Amino acid sequence: MSAPVETADVRKQQLEGLGARRKRVEDARFTQGKGNYIDDMKLPGMLFGDFVRSPHGHARVKSIKKDAALALPGVKAVLTAADLKPLKLHWMPTLAGDVQAVLADEKVLFQGQEVAFVVAEDRYTAADAVELIEVEYEALPAIVDPTKSMAPDAVVLRDDLAGKTEGAHGARKHHNHIFTWQVGDAKATENALKNAEVLVKELIVYQRVHPCPLETCGCVASMDKVNGHLSVWGTFQAPHAVRTVASLISGIPEHKIRIISPDIGGGFGNKVGVYPGYICSIVASIVLGVPVKWVEDRIENLVATAFARDYHMTGEIAATKDGRIKALRCHVLADHGAFDACADPTKYPAGFFSICTGSYDIPAAHLTVDGVYTNKAPGGVAYRCSFRVTEASYFIERMIDVLARKLDLDPAEVRRLNLIRKDQFPYHSALGWEYDSGDYHVALEKALKTVDYTALRAEQRAKREAFARGETRKLMGIGVSFFTEIVGAGPIKNCDILGLGMFDSCEIRIHPTGSAIARLGTISQGQGHATTFAQILASEIGIPAANITVEEGDTDTAPYGLGTYGSRSTPVAGAATAMAGRKIRAKAQMIAAYLLEVHDDDLEWEVDRFRVKGAPERFKTMAEIAFAAYNKVPPGMEPGLEAVSYYDPPNMTYPFGAYVCVLDVDVDTGVVEVRRFYALDDCGTRINPMIIEGQVHGGLTEAFAIAMGQEVAYDEYGNVKNASLLDFYLPTAVETPVWETDHTTTPSPHHPIGAKGVGESPNVGGVSAFSNAVNDAFAHFGLLHTQMPHDHWRVWKTAERLGLTR
Amino acid sequence: MSKMHIKLTVNGRPVDALAEPRMLLIHFLREQLSLTGPHVGCDTSHCGACTVDFNGKSVKSCTMFVAQAQGGEVKTIEGVAAADGTLHPLQEAFREHHGLQCGFCTPGMIVRAYRLLQENPNPTEAEIRIGIAGNLCRCTGYQNIVKAIRAAAERMNTAKEAAA
Repeated sequence: MSAPVETADVRKQQLEGLGARRKRVEDARFTQGKGNYIDDMKLPGMLFGDFVRSPHGHARVKSIKKDAALALPGVKAVLTAADLKPLKLHWMPTLAGDVQAVLADEKVLFQGQEVAFVVAEDRYTAADAVELIEVEYEALPAIVDPTKSMAPDAVVLRDDLAGKTEGAHGARKHHNHIFTWQVGDAKATENALKNAEVLVKELIVYQRVHPCPLETCGCVASMDKVNGHLSVWGTFQAPHAVRTVASLISGIPEHKIRIISPDIGGGFGNKVGVYPGYICSIVASIVLGVPVKWVEDRIENLVATAFARDYHMTGEIAATKDGRIKALRCHVLADHGAFDACADPTKYPAGFFSICTGSYDIPAAHLTVDGVYTNKAPGGVAYRCSFRVTEASYFIERMIDVLARKLDLDPAEVRRLNLIRKDQFPYHSALGWEYDSGDYHVALEKALKTVDYTALRAEQRAKREAFARGETRKLMGIGVSFFTEIVGAGPIKNCDILGLGMFDSCEIRIHPTGSAIARLGTISQGQGHATTFAQILASEIGIPAANITVEEGDTDTAPYGLGTYGSRSTPVAGAATAMAGRKIRAKAQMIAAYLLEVHDDDLEWEVDRFRVKGAPERFKTMAEIAFAAYNKVPPGMEPGLEAVSYYDPPNMTYPFGAYVCVLDVDVDTGVVEVRRFYALDDCGTRINPMIIEGQVHGGLTEAFAIAMGQEVAYDEYGNVKNASLLDFYLPTAVETPVWETDHTTTPSPHHPIGAKGVGESPNVGGVSAFSNAVNDAFAHFGLLHTQMPHDHWRVWKTAERLGLTR
Repeated sequence: MSKMHIKLTVNGRPVDALAEPRMLLIHFLREQLSLTGPHVGCDTSHCGACTVDFNGKSVKSCTMFVAQAQGGEVKTIEGVAAADGTLHPLQEAFREHHGLQCGFCTPGMIVRAYRLLQENPNPTEAEIRIGIAGNLCRCTGYQNIVKAIRAAAERMNTAKEAAA
């Protein structure tokens, strides 16, 4: 037996488990250009696919001439809806219970819609062929405004749904209507609003944006006709779900389909959906018998794959004169584009938007959401967000500020007054959620104290006076936001996608020499799973994180899971990892007891070993136990040391945080300069603070982009006005602010290690902090609310409207 | 389409190949030479994921025909480490300071920073931010990238002083 040279503390440190700022194992390959992204793949005989896309927002397809393209040397095939029809693949089911045209069937419904798929020897030839295909269109009037879409005489968008008065989520009340979803107590809310001392009402629009990961979507499909096996590599945030969907759509048995997500260059929700490019590549590979690659370019990515938001939210708050909220009513007009391809759990057509009572103790609430079709791209994904939480958080955080203005109270004070108190947890919200844990007042006070909020307000007053005296042309804005997220979907009783329960999984194998491999049903897109899941396991089973390989994304080897989005990896797969680790430890304990010739109960766990209670010099390390598992297990026990856990969480987790943004607005140019941004996050137990901070920096930067300039803008004809990075706003290092991060720690009571997830919090809380700050700069000049994005032009227009410009 | 004879040096090695004159340098590197470190992130030369070093300047290889690189010297992320495999201080610093997440922008970002530190061996934070403004990152918010470049500069300067 080897002597314990190091103390328990040293051994614990060597594990690099929970709480360690462990450097990422992924970085060696990425810093040397050795990542393996989808477009890096090359298979023998591989062909390239490319799309002919609609230039119209709404048009009838009269004819498609493909002869000239087919005559071009190097072109192997051109697919249209007519070719897919016999296979019944010209339409595909969406995640939201609707159908979407794989290739336009008689009509195009949005600019950029897939009309024909060209397959050629290389991408240049494919692009040439796209130019040679002649499509004759008959233009129809386009609708890009969801309000106009619901007008009685609005043009019919979805001919395929003619006469259908029932959709996947209940009754359709208009030919362009998808669903009405409602939650809460309509009567109690109506009463409270009627009898309110103070009533505020505001239309809050969260514009259409796009996740725009730096890598676009793509795949390589390869049909092995000899063995009947289909392999698809691609940018999939949910590889197992893709396999099941591919099997259901194609009729190929699921065991003969292998889906692999290689390295993914950012996802942010963009890579959750199933896109026509995947289906067409698969069909082309089946037809041609060789691998087919399809990778969209940036313009295609922005116009055709998975937008986010486009929520038009009307809010009403009833409050007392001293600022206590009595009721909240919200109606949302949700623009879903041409097909309802939202990625939400089945029972939640508006996702978790019903978290829109936010962090506040609101006794009565009622929410209705109307989903409608327009001539815009389908999608409605959770862009760095858990199913519409960003919309909900933006809505309530703006409404709180509007209420504060109306009452002439400080926005921080209105929050303080209405925040859910610590003793109210677990808290049951008026719209049906059970918040697991929180200490909101402590977080808010810490944030306000750190930024010296009182001094900031005094400075703002002084600046405003200087402005009035004509000494400066700048106004100072202070934005406070307090958000509560709902992540970790989710309990199977509530959450499924296409009937697949939203559990997740981890399978662990311990090798004889005491190292391990863990495989999960999730897939990293930059979050560093290979680093952090090994840390969870290191703390559970006492094997150093450095000796644990984490593998994800190959459906042939990984256990079934629902994938990575909605901040669900840590809350669900992280929990599965801990639980599988505990199974390993339970078996290890029996082996250790046998080796030490004591009863199981006489052993206690210490960092990386089981030792005999009262005789700590008698122990077996996990490495020793691992070896014994392969040659010296107790009689009757199976050899080996493996475990698998499928974790169905009992509840969601509810990360929260308090953010403060301080900025200066130049009224003559509309230029906004963020001077300070402070972000306090409470994500429960912190697995790797370095990675958490990185996630917060990134999420805040995305929030900054959304609040300050990002929008997928359409003109009245359905043309996308900003479909490239030339004018779709992604901030550079120059305008991106410096981020200050902080935290409190309130573990989740139901998660095995108390972790709540953090990746999306900064986007959820960040957008409203920026927007509140911009609105706040003008608050004393009569402004209640102005819509995002707060780009220079809009900010200048606001200043002009208020008579502040020269 | 007829092909032309291309001769250039890539990561110190002579390359002699045939390519269509219209072929972009990024596709030549990625598809003909299998140097898949540099990536394509946009079509409009805004994102910088395709950044390589060409004749001592940072260029976006999606905005250049391989024909224009005739006779020139190209360095990609694959050529940044020393010949013996020792990583460049920038590669070390990006890992040390968590300057990357999904890794897609990283090759272009490091190759740009490699040139920046030769143009300005001791840049301030503001100079770094301006210096990498042609390279977009969607994950990190740049803060740790700036930190990593600053740290690499310090390390390189210390090493230089020690050698002098």
